[in-house]
Amino acid sequence: MTTLRLEKLAHSYKAKPAAPQDFALKEINQVWQTGGAYALLGPSGCGKTTLLNILSGLVTPSQGRVYFNDRDVTDLPTEQRNIAQVFQFPVIYDTMTVRENLAFPLKNRGIDTAKIKTRVDEIASLLDLTRDLDRRAKGLTADAKQKISLGRGLVRADVAAVLFDEPLTVIDPQLKWELRSKLKEIHRKLAVTMIYVTHDQTEALTFADKVVVMSEGEVVQIGTPEELFERPAHRFVGHFIGSPGMNFLPCVLEGTKAHIGQFAIELGAAYSTDAKAKIELGVRPDFVTLSSAGQGIPVQVDRVDDLGRNRIAHVRLSGHRIAVSVPSGVDAGRSDLTIVFEPSRIGIFANDKRLEPQAWRGA
Amino acid sequence: MTSALNPKLGGVLDMKPYNNRAWFMVLPVFLIVAFSAVLPLMTVVNYSVQDTFGNNEFFWNGIGWFKELLDPNSELGGRFIDAMGRNFIFSFLILAIEIPLGIAVALSMPRQGIGVSISLVLLALPLLIPWNVVGTIWQVFGRSDIGLMGWALTEIGVDYNYVSGVIAAWITIIMMDVWHWTSLVVLLCYAGLRAIPDAYYQAARIDGASRWAIFRAIQLPKMNRVLIIAVLLRFMDSFMIYTEPFVVTGGGPGNATTFISIDLVKIALGQFDLGKAAALSLVYNLIILTVCWVFYTIMTHFENAERRAQT
Repeated sequence: MTTLRLEKLAHSYKAKPAAPQDFALKEINQVWQTGGAYALLGPSGCGKTTLLNILSGLVTPSQGRVYFNDRDVTDLPTEQRNIAQVFQFPVIYDTMTVRENLAFPLKNRGIDTAKIKTRVDEIASLLDLTRDLDRRAKGLTADAKQKISLGRGLVRADVAAVLFDEPLTVIDPQLKWELRSKLKEIHRKLAVTMIYVTHDQTEALTFADKVVVMSEGEVVQIGTPEELFERPAHRFVGHFIGSPGMNFLPCVLEGTKAHIGQFAIELGAAYSTDAKAKIELGVRPDFVTLSSAGQGIPVQVDRVDDLGRNRIAHVRLSGHRIAVSVPSGVDAGRSDLTIVFEPSRIGIFANDKRLEPQAWRGA
Repeated sequence: MTSALNPKLGGVLDMKPYNNRAWFMVLPVFLIVAFSAVLPLMTVVNYSVQDTFGNNEFFWNGIGWFKELLDPNSELGGRFIDAMGRNFIFSFLILAIEIPLGIAVALSMPRQGIGVSISLVLLALPLLIPWNVVGTIWQVFGRSDIGLMGWALTEIGVDYNYVSGVIAAWITIIMMDVWHWTSLVVLLCYAGLRAIPDAYYQAARIDGASRWAIFRAIQLPKMNRVLIIAVLLRFMDSFMIYTEPFVVTGGGPGNATTFISIDLVKIALGQFDLGKAAALSLVYNLIILTVCWVFYTIMTHFENAERRAQT
C-alpha cells in the first residue's frame, strides 16, 4: 500500500530552537493513506500551513523525515516531488489561454504535443473548462481560475498528492459549495491524495474523510468528522468544532455522578482521575435540552439565538454559562425552565484531555 | 435651477441648491498656471510669427519660419531635420540598451537581506547627481591625457578621442546616459518584480518551469505596466537631452552630436534668431507630445481590447 509518512517531523523558523514554543510545528508521526481526502484544520498560526509547505517542499523541516511511498523526499526540491498545489489566491499565467495554462507543466517536462492535447482535453472536461479552453485565463472568474490551478496539477499523470491551501478564500459564497463538491467529485474519480488546509470547519468536515485538527503546532486529533463531533479527544477540538462549540463545566466526580455546584448529573459510567487534575464535563449544545416539564436542573435563560433551523439558548447553571438547544414547543420566556442532559453524550476531560470511562465494576 | 421647477424631473436630486460659485476656488490655480505656463508659451508663439533685427523692433512674418523649418532644402530646415534624426537615433539606442539592461539588473538584485538596501543606495546614486556634473565627470573620465577611461583606452592602443572621433563621441554620450539613467529603469522594474506574490514562483516551481519560462510567463507580464512608464520616461528624457552632451562634446565633432535642444540654444542665444528659435521650440514640443500621445494611445488601446476580451 502506498502511503505518505511523516516521521518525527518538526519545524522551527528559528535557527536554534530551545523551548517548545519556538517550534511552529511540534513533533508529529503520521501515516496517511494514498487516495485519502485529508483536511488540516486549525486556527491561524496553528502550524497547518507550515506542515503543508513541508509536504510541498517549499520549507525544509528542521528535523524528521517525509516519505512518499517509502521514498525519502525530505531534501528533494518541489519540482521533484510528485505534488501539485492550489494556493489561497488563484495563480494563473496571465498572458496564456486556459489551454496553454493547463499544458504548461507538461510542456516544461518535454512531453510531446499530441499527448499534451489529449491530456489537457481530458482534464478540462473533468473540470468543466472545455468551453473556456481557448480564452485568455486572465479574464475568468476566481472560481474558474482556481480550477485552472487545480487542473495544472492534475494534468500531470504522476501526481501523488494535491495540496490545497485555503483554496476557497476568494470565492463567492454561493460558488464555494459548488467548487467544494467539484473537488469531492474529482477526488472520487481520480483517487489522488488530497490534503486540504483550512480554518473553516464546514469546509474541512464536508471535504475530508479524515480531519487533522491542529492547535499551537500540535496535532490534537485525527478522525472522521463524526468522531470529532461525537468524541473530541481534546478540549480544543470540542470547542473549535461545532457552532456553538462544546460546553465545558468544571465539576467534581463522585462515582458515576458529576457535581456542578449543588447539582448532580448522572454520567452512566465511572472515571478514574488524578486528584490534582482539572476535571471538566464537556457536552455539546445539541445534547442538552431546555425543558419546561419540571425535571432536570433549574437554570436562568440569558438569551435565545434563533438560527432558523433550531434555537440555541444561552443559560446560566450555578454561575457557569452554557449553550443548550431549545426544542420546538418550549417557551424560552418562562421562569421555571430546566435543562436535561443526555448521559451517553457527556464527556469527561482531565487537564483538557478526554478520559475513557472505566468498565462497570458493580457497586 | 429650472429643473427644480419642472414637475416631470422633480426628485430628490433636483431639489439640491445649484450654485456655480465654487468655480471661484479654481481662480488661484488658473492665475498661477497662466503666469507660469500659458503666458510664456504665448510669448514663444508670438515670437514664432515675427522677425526682429534687434532694438525690440518686430516685423510680422506669418508662418514663414515654420515653412522654412519644415523645408529640408533651406538652411534652417536642413539643420532641423539632421538634428531630429540624431535625436531619434539617440533615443532608440538609449531605449534599446537601458530597458533590457534595467530588466536584467532588476532580476539579479537580491530579494531580501542587507543586499537590498546596499544595491538600492548604489543604484540611486547616479540619479542624484546633477546633469552638468554628470557631463563634467564623463568629460574628464574620457580625456585621453588625464581621464581614467580615456587614458587606459589610449594606452592599450584603442583609437579613442571623443573630441575628434564621431563614433567615440557617440559611444561616450550613450555610455554616460546609460550610467546616469539605467537605475531609473532598474528601480521601476524592481518595484514591479517585488509586487509579484511568492505563490507565483512556488506554482512555477511545482509546474517545473525553467528560469526562462518563469521570466516569460510571470515576471515579464507582471512588469508590463512599469515598463510602459519606464519607456515613456526614458523616451521623453532622452529626446530632450541637452546638458550632458553640451558639457562633454558641445555638439561636436562638427555637428555629430548636435541634438535639437543644442541647436535650439545656438539659434536662440548664439545667433539671437528669436523667430526661428520660437518656431523650432514649438515644433520640438509638438513632436514629443505627439510621440507620447501615440504611445499612450496604443498602450491603452491594447489594454481596453484586453478588457473587452474578458467580458
